[in-house]
Amino acid sequence: MQITLKLYAHLGDLLPAGSKQNKAMIEVPESISLNELIDHFHIPRPMAHLVLVNGVFVCDRDRDQPFALKPQDAVAIWPPVAGG
Amino acid sequence: MAWTKKILRVNLTDGVISAEPLNMEWAQQYLGQRGLATRYFVEEVDAQVDALSPDNKFIMATGPLTGTMASTGGRYSCITKSPLTGTIACSNSGGFFGAEMKNAGWDMIIFEGKSPTPVYLYVEDDQARLIPADDLWGKSVWATDEEIHKKHQDPQIRIACIGRAAESGNLFAAVVNDLHRAAGRSGVGTVLASKNVKAVALRGTRGVGNIKDMKRFIDTTFEHKKVLAANAVTGAGLPTYGTQVLMNVINELGALPTRNMREVRFEGAHSVSGEAMHEPRASDGKKNLTRNGGCFGCTIACGRISSVDRTHFSVKDKPQYWGNSGGLEYEAAWALGPDTGVDDLDALTYVNFLCNEDGLDPISFGSTVAAAMELFEDGVITTEQTGGIELKFGSAEALVKIAELTARGEGFGKEIGLGSKRLCEKYGRPELSMTVKGQEFPAYDPRGIQGMGLTYATSNRGACHLRSYTVSSEVLGIPIKTDPLATDGKPELVIAFQDATAAVDSSGLCIFSTFAWSLDNIAPQIDAACEGDWSVEKCAEVGARIWQLERDFNMRAGLTGADDTLPKRLLKDAANVGPAEGKVCDLGAMLPKYYELRGWTTEGQLTPETRQRYGLPS
Repeated sequence: MQITLKLYAHLGDLLPAGSKQNKAMIEVPESISLNELIDHFHIPRPMAHLVLVNGVFVCDRDRDQPFALKPQDAVAIWPPVAGG
Repeated sequence: MAWTKKILRVNLTDGVISAEPLNMEWAQQYLGQRGLATRYFVEEVDAQVDALSPDNKFIMATGPLTGTMASTGGRYSCITKSPLTGTIACSNSGGFFGAEMKNAGWDMIIFEGKSPTPVYLYVEDDQARLIPADDLWGKSVWATDEEIHKKHQDPQIRIACIGRAAESGNLFAAVVNDLHRAAGRSGVGTVLASKNVKAVALRGTRGVGNIKDMKRFIDTTFEHKKVLAANAVTGAGLPTYGTQVLMNVINELGALPTRNMREVRFEGAHSVSGEAMHEPRASDGKKNLTRNGGCFGCTIACGRISSVDRTHFSVKDKPQYWGNSGGLEYEAAWALGPDTGVDDLDALTYVNFLCNEDGLDPISFGSTVAAAMELFEDGVITTEQTGGIELKFGSAEALVKIAELTARGEGFGKEIGLGSKRLCEKYGRPELSMTVKGQEFPAYDPRGIQGMGLTYATSNRGACHLRSYTVSSEVLGIPIKTDPLATDGKPELVIAFQDATAAVDSSGLCIFSTFAWSLDNIAPQIDAACEGDWSVEKCAEVGARIWQLERDFNMRAGLTGADDTLPKRLLKDAANVGPAEGKVCDLGAMLPKYYELRGWTTEGQLTPETRQRYGLPS
């Protein structure tokens, strides 16, 4: 199935070559967990600090759940960041 | 140095300047800067005072750690009564001005009365004098800074001053120091202008002193710098991306107020984000972001130094704006961008330069323009009022034109200078003003981040994120992650943030240190520097006392619990997309509990027991 992967701050370098605006449409198996997705793109787990699926935060303990995603979902990931 | 134990008092009416000892009993109760200056202010100023009358006072105050080797110890605050809100105003700034004041030997400078003619205050260690500023009146912040440096032939003078916006009566004018750091909110610059004070120029050579236990202070500040360096946020995230990294975070979360808070996601967010500031532009291959920058003593260095594309319409005929200057921080970028619907990074950067050049609060400016754009699109105002400007959402050209006019206090810019509340009231549409207590919102929609709704409603200076930044917890997971859509536990969370923030704002340290430090890290640094016992518990207690003191002032100024509310748009109109879709801000679920925990009546008034508990002045 196809989802949108968005990697921000310095994680943006880990997106497929040619990606623009920090996002890429990617093909993933339906059974994928978020941690499998994170590992597949070589994102160090501690750097996957803020993980949002369609804008909703997914905590550490739920990131190993298989079948976590639906087609057309948007997964957005940030390292530890802050502002204000 | 810790407290210098000296205050400089400047009576502008008769031109008399005097030194006096710091009230050390109050220093033990209110620490410094925000808290201690507010204690002086409430003692000396009638809460009902007209903010722009000579009877209002204006205090510049450092904290005991300002100017020390503690990381981020470069802060000072401007405390006065706000002409924008009618509440206590306390605006905090970094740069190098605060440390210079400390090095000149002063904890605070208190301005009272009104000078008959324009002046600036020049302080060189113990020597202070008022110097005529007729030749500086009418000049921008940047021109004033240059003139004063030339006049004294001293490049090391640190200057805080007002620009043409404040002189024109703009109600959200800032005090800008070191060219692009600002005590930005609540119109503190407007008060300085009302006193005919153009600038404060400082030169301090006295160095550090009055540290209680120097060895312990050196050890503890060194250890805590290592904590900042090792933390992923303060050691890497903030220096690299600055606060602007939040643009995409908050947009993804569906809490990015867009087009005067009608919507909660902005389709152009990426174009004006921290990531976009790192992307090479087509014209010259340069990035918007030139480098990061730090304030005095800061080992985080989150500041942005940026340039505008020289071929951009806003500056192509203005080479004076082709160099590097203070770039976009998140709140400014949001107000100038998503809230006005403009996705042009160069236009936003140029307008941000103008805000620094002439002393405008970019949050209030952008939010007021957003309200004016809604008035324009609703046909309430037309090009007749705007002087021909097609003030439509998304128009970078309109934003740039109106910024130039507002910076100089000309044309429709004069009306923008009223602020959103007064502007919308003037045109019969008060509901379009996105303000609390007359101050414009910052960059977090409380429908998607519920704790921020309570933060805004109860803030002692009107809508503001810097009074309790629960975004830290609700979004970023610092110190612990909480659910942004839940209201349970938010009164407790908001109070904890409000009290800790009041303590930090009174210490001389920067609130951004708290992305890595808690009071457990900050209290030992205060304790090593300052007389007395500065435990974590005492710091929290001091923070709570400051909050109650500010609230008490506001109540005596005539505000009531009815002012602790939000615009109807946020209470009645549900978010249209994202995780908060279908939700409004449920302030009613949080406010009563908040009052109870604060020790206030159901009408929001301090009870006698609460006043007694915190030892508030009668």
